[in-house]
Order: sequence, then structure tokens, then C-alpha cells
Amino acid sequence: MAEGPMAQGMGVGAAIRRREDERLLKGRGRFVGDIQLVGMKEIAFVRSPLAHARIRSIDVPPEHKGAVFTWADMAKAGVKPICASSKLPGSKPSDHPALADGKVRFVGEPVAACLARTRAEAEDIAASVVIDFEELPVNVDTIESATRPKSRIHEHWGDNLFLESTVVAGDIDKIAARAPVKVTRTVRMARQCMVPLEGRGMVAAWDRQLEQLTLTTATQMPHIVRQGLAECLGLDQAAVRVIAPDVGGGFGYKGILLPEEVIAAWLARTLDHPVRWIEDRREHLVAAANAREHRYEVTAYADRDGRLLGLDASGWVDAGAYSIYPFTAGLEAAQVGSILPGPYDFAHYRCRAYSVATNKPPIVPYRGVARTGVCLAIELIMDGIAEAVGREPHEVRLINLVPPEKMPYVNVTKKHFDSGDYPESVRRAVAAIDLPAIRARQKKGEPDGRRIGVGLGVYCEQAGHGTAVYHGWGIPMVPGHEQAQARLTPDGGLELRVGLHSHGQSLETTLAQVAHEILGIDVAQVRLVHGDTGLTPFSTGTWGSRAAIMAGGAVAAACKQLRERAIRIGAHLLQAKPEEVRFDSGAVRAGKGSVPLAEIARVWYRAPQLLPADVDPGGLEVTAGYKPKSDQGTFSYATHAAVVAVDPETGAVEILDYVVVEDAGVMLNPMVVDGQVLGGVAQGIGTALYEEMPFDAEGQPLASTFADYLLPGFPEVPPVRILHMMTPSPITEFGQKGIGEGGGIAPPAAIGNAINDALKGLGARVTDTPFTPKRVFQAIQAVGTKR
Amino acid sequence: MKPVAFDYERPATLDAALKLLAREDIVVKAVAGSQSLGPMLNLRLVQPDLLVDITAISELTAIREEKGALVVGACVTHGQLEDGGYPDPTRGVLAKVAAGIAYRAVRNRGTIGGSLAHADPAADWVSALVALGAEIVVANPTGRRAVAAEQFVTGVFETKLEPGEIVAEIRVPALSPEARWGYVKNCRKAGEFSHATGAVLVDPARKFARAVIGAVSGAPIAVDDVAVAAEDPGEAWVAGRLADTPLGGDAYQVRIHHVALKRAIREASPP
Repeated sequence: MAEGPMAQGMGVGAAIRRREDERLLKGRGRFVGDIQLVGMKEIAFVRSPLAHARIRSIDVPPEHKGAVFTWADMAKAGVKPICASSKLPGSKPSDHPALADGKVRFVGEPVAACLARTRAEAEDIAASVVIDFEELPVNVDTIESATRPKSRIHEHWGDNLFLESTVVAGDIDKIAARAPVKVTRTVRMARQCMVPLEGRGMVAAWDRQLEQLTLTTATQMPHIVRQGLAECLGLDQAAVRVIAPDVGGGFGYKGILLPEEVIAAWLARTLDHPVRWIEDRREHLVAAANAREHRYEVTAYADRDGRLLGLDASGWVDAGAYSIYPFTAGLEAAQVGSILPGPYDFAHYRCRAYSVATNKPPIVPYRGVARTGVCLAIELIMDGIAEAVGREPHEVRLINLVPPEKMPYVNVTKKHFDSGDYPESVRRAVAAIDLPAIRARQKKGEPDGRRIGVGLGVYCEQAGHGTAVYHGWGIPMVPGHEQAQARLTPDGGLELRVGLHSHGQSLETTLAQVAHEILGIDVAQVRLVHGDTGLTPFSTGTWGSRAAIMAGGAVAAACKQLRERAIRIGAHLLQAKPEEVRFDSGAVRAGKGSVPLAEIARVWYRAPQLLPADVDPGGLEVTAGYKPKSDQGTFSYATHAAVVAVDPETGAVEILDYVVVEDAGVMLNPMVVDGQVLGGVAQGIGTALYEEMPFDAEGQPLASTFADYLLPGFPEVPPVRILHMMTPSPITEFGQKGIGEGGGIAPPAAIGNAINDALKGLGARVTDTPFTPKRVFQAIQAVGTKR
Repeated sequence: MKPVAFDYERPATLDAALKLLAREDIVVKAVAGSQSLGPMLNLRLVQPDLLVDITAISELTAIREEKGALVVGACVTHGQLEDGGYPDPTRGVLAKVAAGIAYRAVRNRGTIGGSLAHADPAADWVSALVALGAEIVVANPTGRRAVAAEQFVTGVFETKLEPGEIVAEIRVPALSPEARWGYVKNCRKAGEFSHATGAVLVDPARKFARAVIGAVSGAPIAVDDVAVAAEDPGEAWVAGRLADTPLGGDAYQVRIHHVALKRAIREASPP
């Protein structure tokens, strides 16, 4: 970088401040809830009060006829149910009608849509609708629904399983017969809600001029929503425009096609006015945003040094009542089977994985997806091995992690780990947490009677995996090349257009940094247009920690092509041959002469008479596609280390120290990486200690407000020390790796192991999240009873 | 999650408010800070025809010292009590309790009288005012009556308030220089409602010694016993006190209530 202070230090790797913060921190963003259209009506839903029942009749008072809509109305108009099937062997298809079709399958399922001028009036109408139900036996417990179902949730199936699959590698039975060490754990991860700051919501309007539906919706994947909507409504895709405005966090919940989107879109298409639905927190908690709920039975076989020889496991994912679009109800369970081996190097493996239908809301892939549960299971097992062989937990990890000399490495389930030094992350975390000091402190005891403990959680996270991987899953969406458009404006600024969406990922900043890296344009002169099917190239959207890799690569590709075109024009203006000039700091240079991009733009747009005769007629606007060198994705990784204090009287847990040593490869913006890690850790602390969506035996959700659904607040999230390793990925444009989800993966494992370390002297152990004071208390009591 | 349509009045005098609250032809609710009523309205758990906002009534918003007692108007917010700046014969106890209620945003609006009238067993004032031996002054169209704090809350969301009555003020006796106070809540996170409360006041000058077990899914349990207030009575004793509550027989509930009480007793013990 040569020119002035503004040109310095804003490219790849610069920790510049986020451009989007100016409006977001001042409350000047534009979210769905900020949008008002003339004549717009609000939707309130009549939602099922029962978890499993047949609908005998729906009665609407005469004064509200015309303001209440049911599936019968939609079906009559030809609307099709959402269908998210997978081609995975062992999976079963199911339909998800946007409004209940003769039967309800979970509490909160929308049965009728009510329209009025205000939401309150729409709720009045909803309260007047009377539904006559015939109750059916309810399936609440995951294992029971899988093995001894009380009723069939989807009648055409023989059981309540969306998917059952088995992954086998090596010969686990042979290992089981001869391994000297066997450790078994039953692990549960509770059902959670995602709780982004903004819930879901959408405004739908029909444009008579364009004959086009415009759905402005809080989504992570506008193009996929368009595809799903067009399929359900029988519209040409060109007749549907989906726009994601400012979106207040997604975490996966906004990476699905919502039944409410189909309903709102249909109403706007059918009626003569726009409609809006804004999800309230009660709807969010009870009806829609559920996630996780895993159970594992895992047996590990090891030698006397603690070397892992094989893993034999079963995993159950409670997928709820329906298969979500586009990821399907099977993806998370299939992921359990394929990623349970974690970052470890071993050869014998068997995992049976089940995706179980229950009378609960469908689960949605949540930051980390299956990895958070998987990491808890395998990391509790690693500590179990350490205990069994009498070694420190980190020593056992060091001999089992894939060593750097084996990179790139293909693991037991054929995952391609691209690069990194996994053991070094453990060594650095152990040093940063100062393990010897903690062991000494534990010997001394705490003056307040609490017990302290230290725990580790290690994982690697696949990100930006593409065509080959998703074709293998056989779901309604297979990502191919990611595209970006770069357009030099007549004044020398740059517009970038990408089809995915930024709602916390900081892409307005980081993609501008990528453009600056290639074109030298000041970040302040780069604008990102994103999240609008009418304005951007196709993209499957923002999910799977893919944006930095895919959009970063696509923007670089488009900017490079743009640079080539600029060089040809610039060379002509300098009266030099293209091979005689160089591009540097935003200008084409030859000898002492230079032509800045702004001048090249001026010439293309406003003085074309000066252009060379053989100028590329495509001009200064390029759409380019990008794929990493491999479809297998990058593998970022991290070691989390937690120190906790446990009150053995009450079971209360306090986090005293938290260290993350992570490897994002080359960081596009280290401050953004830190923010992603920190936000993820806060959510992971929620998973570990606070968050749980419980149900009673009738399938009634028991946490319908934040008084009952506990989230960590600022006082519950300790300062997190983040240390970076920076091993470039060999498969991406700049060596960057996807890290968006990672922070949320390891906290339950690290905190669970720390609690168990603290309880070791008492012989007690926790295995089920969240590790509430009551669960810790009960674990301690259980030991007392046994003795 | 929007309330039903209701009318709203904000009278300037207590008499006017009581007149509105006495209407029997419609459902009338008094509202002050709306920190509990607001969510209940939105969830439609309460569907009033008329809300009577009592926060414009000046006599309900004052704090004064009277005959050695601190008299707190029902519409005084937790935040005002937290911030001090009033003559305080309670030696900072009310400020300390107030500072631990929920979050500052809640304390800015939530009122002491509203919290008492709502009578959530887990609420701070419900237990703390019993331990302090406070009196709740209730206003009705015929005048006023005082109810001892330990008599006021009778169950979950149940009080001695009759229809048409509201809490007018709270009288908290002065603490002597020898008085010792202990107050411990069990919360899973900052700002959460208490799962178990222990509150203890020992004031030799007044010959007052009271231990309170609160957040028991019913009226707080007050024990006037110098021995209990001075020394941990043990888990079995607490289990006995909880036996007749919905928490009886739950080992975890017994444990956390015992620990809260024992730690409050320790706080109230001479160093």
C-alpha cells in the first residue's frame, strides 16, 4: 500500500470498525417491523392449544367471515404444502401444510390466519374462532416416540422416524473385544430456542404493475425462500421477489422457509392489500424457533495410555413434528453420525443416528447445528477416558487429536480436514488458563466452601462445504458456485451485489475489505447490496459459516475481473501496453504516470470516445462465480478452556475464567472474528447453564416467556480471552476459514467438564444440559444415595 | 401478544381513583409501574375494561419520615428507593433491597406498592417488608386501615386487599444502631425472580428478632425467634417449615431455602 493514510490498513486482515454499526447502534436500521404500507393489514394466528389432535370443525363468528383463513381456503386456491425431503437412505418424506390440514401436531401450530387493521384487533378475531378438536395420544419423549410411539404423527409412516442411519468404519466389535479401557456415557442436550434480538416477521404485497409478489422478510436466505414460495404458491419464480431488509440476527432460525411466509404471501396475492405478520416472543418461544434436543449413548474404547481406539454410539435428534425447508428433519441426525468423531484420529467407528418425530415444534438448525451436542458427547467421553487411565484430560487429547503432520487429513467418516495444528490449540489453552495454578488452588480449597474445576472442549468445524457434500444429502438445496457482482460507479465508487445476507456477520465491512484488497478502493466508497432477489445474483444464503469463504471468494473473483478490464482501459489512457502497466493502490501505473480507477470510470461512463477500440464491451460491471478448491469445506477449530466455581450446597455454577484458542485461518477482519467468537460463546453459555424449553406429558411448552426461558445476560457472560492461531486454509481465496458458528459449539463441553472436574472429589457427574443448580445438586445427592 | 381494548384514566386524587376502582359494572384494574401488569395485559391474562393509573396522585409518590418510621408512598419506584436522598431511619436497608430488584429498567418504573399488591411470592418486598416488621396502609372509599406485612400477603397473588382497595403507603419502623440485617436471594441469573429468599432482622433495641423464609409459592414464612435469627436452625427445621407449602418434600427446594436462610442469618450475625 503506497498512498495516503486512508489507503492503509483496510484490506484483508485489518481490524477496522464495522460500517453497519453507524446505523445499527443508533437504532436507525430498517427492519421488517419498521415497514408500513398503505392499506396494510396485520395477521394474527389462531394456534393450536393441543399437541396432537384431529380438527373436527373450525367455527368463525359470522361478523368475522372474510377475515379468517384456513388451509381449506389455501388448498382450494391450489397452494401446496411445504415439502422438505431428503434422498438420504432411511429417510421418509412428510408434508407441512402452512396451516393445519385436518390435524394439529404441536402446540402453537397455526390453524387459521386472522386479518385486521391492527394486531390487537386481529388477536380479538383470533380469540373468537372456535375449534373443535378430537385429542390424540401425544408423543413427547424422544426415545419413547422412536421405540414405543403412542400414536403416529404422520399417518402414512409405519413409525415416528424421519430418518434412521448407520455409519460404520473399521471393525468396532473387534476393538470392543480387546480394548482394555471402556468408557460409556449417556448425554442429553436440552431443546432450546434461538432468540435472536429480532424475531421473524414479514410484509407481503402484490405489485399489479410487475405482476409480482414482494415479500420483505427477516430471512438469511432470500433466494431459497423465493424458490420455496414459488413452489408452494405455483408462481413463476420471476413473479416472486424476496427482500431481506436489516435483520436482527438469525442463528439458523431465519434459514428456513416459514409456513407464515407462505401464508402471508398467499394472502397478499389473493387479497387487494398488503399484509404483515410480526412474530411475538411468545410465538417465538413456543411455536417456532426450537433447536437442539439431542441424546447420545456413547461407548469409547481406549488403550491404557488413553489412546482412543474406537467409538460405538447411538444418537437421537428430536426433530419435532415437521421437516423444515430446505435443510429437512434428517440433516441434523445425519450430521450426528458423520461428525461425532470430532477432531480425533482413530479408525473404528459405528454410529446409529435417528431423527425422531415428536409432537413438538420442528427443530431448526441452530448455530453449530449438531456440533454443539456432538462436542458435548465426545468431550465428556474424552474426560472419561482421562479419568479411567489416570491422566490429565489435556494429555489424553494431545495423543488423540489429528496431529499437524497428518494434515490434510481424511478422518474416519471421510471428512477432509484442510489444515491446522489441533494439539497446539490445546497446549496454548492449557497455558493460558494456567492449569498448574488451578490444580494448586484446588488442593488448597476455597475459603467460601465452593469447589473449582477446569474443563476443556475441543472441536473442528466444517464450513463453506459445497456441491459434492450437499448433493450427497439430497435436500432441496445444493450450493454451487457463489456469485458476486462488482460494479464501478461513474464517480469511482464500487457497488457489490451478493445474494446472501448480512445480519450480524459484518459483511458490509468485510466484503468491502476484500474489494479494497483487490482494487484499492477506500472501504468507505464500497457499498454492499445484499439480500434481495431482485437486485442480486442467486445464492443459497448465509448459513453454514460460509459467507466469508464463499462471498469473500466471489467478491475477490469479481473484483479481479474488474481490475483486468480497468488495466486495459488504464493502459490505453497511459499509452502503454497492458503488460507494461501495473495495478497498485487503486490506480493503473506505468513509470511515473498513473490513472486512478475514478478516472477510468469517468472515461467508461462519460467519455467513451477515449476508450480503446477493442475495449471489453462488458464494461466496468462484472458478475463472477467462485468455489473453493474443494467442496469439502474449511475446518476451523478451537480449544475452549473454562474455570468454574461450583457451590456444592446449592449446585450454583459461576464461570471464573474462559479462554478460547481458535484458528480461523487468515482473518478478513480480526475484530469481526472476535465478535463472532464472543457472541457464540455467550450463546454456548446459555446452552450450558441456562436455556431449556421443557414440555409436560401433554406436550404443553412450559417456558412461554423470558421469566421461564432463561437467557444469559451480561452479568452471566464473563470476559472471554480469545487467542488466535492463523493457519491458512489451502482451499480458499485468502486462506480464510469459516468461523461463524464455532463460538457456540464448545461451551457446554468445556463448562460441563469443568463442573465435573470440580465435583470429582465428590464422585458426582453432570451429563445433561443445561447444567442447572438443581441438576448439579441432584448429581451430588445421587452419589450420597448410592453410598 | 397485544392487550384487549381498554379505557384509561389517570386521576389526580386518591378519592377520584377510589371512586373509579369501586365501579362494579366493569372490570377495573389499578396500574402504577406496570412491570407485572403490562406483560399480563399483553398475554391477555388480564382483560380489563378500565385501567386506573394511580401514579399522578401526589400523596402516593412521597417518601417521608414520621414518628421514627419511614413512610413510603405506594407509587414510589424501586429506583427512587435505591437512589436514596430521603431521610432514612432504615439505615439503607430499603435501598439495598431495592438495588437487587430485577434490572434498573424495571426499577425505574416498578413500584413498591404495585409489587405488594401483585403479591408474587418471589418478589423482594413481599419477604423483605415482613422481615422489617412493616405495616401496609390500605386505602378504601371509607378511609384507611393498616395491615401488618406478615398478614398482608396470604398466598400466590393473594392479599388482604378487598375489592376497590389499593395500597396507599408502607410504614417501615426505624432500625436502631444495634440492628443487624441479613437478606439473601437465590437467583440463577442477575435480575431474575428469587427461587428462595432468606431475610433476617435482629434489633435488640426494639426486642425484635424475625427470620423469614420467602419465595415459597405462598405467603412468606415469618418466625419470631431470637434463637433462629441468631443461629442456623438446620435443614430439618427448614424442611419442617416448608412441609405445608407446595415445596414441601422437594429436597432441592428445602436445600436452597435453607441455604438462603442460613446465609441471611450469617449476614445478620455480629462479625
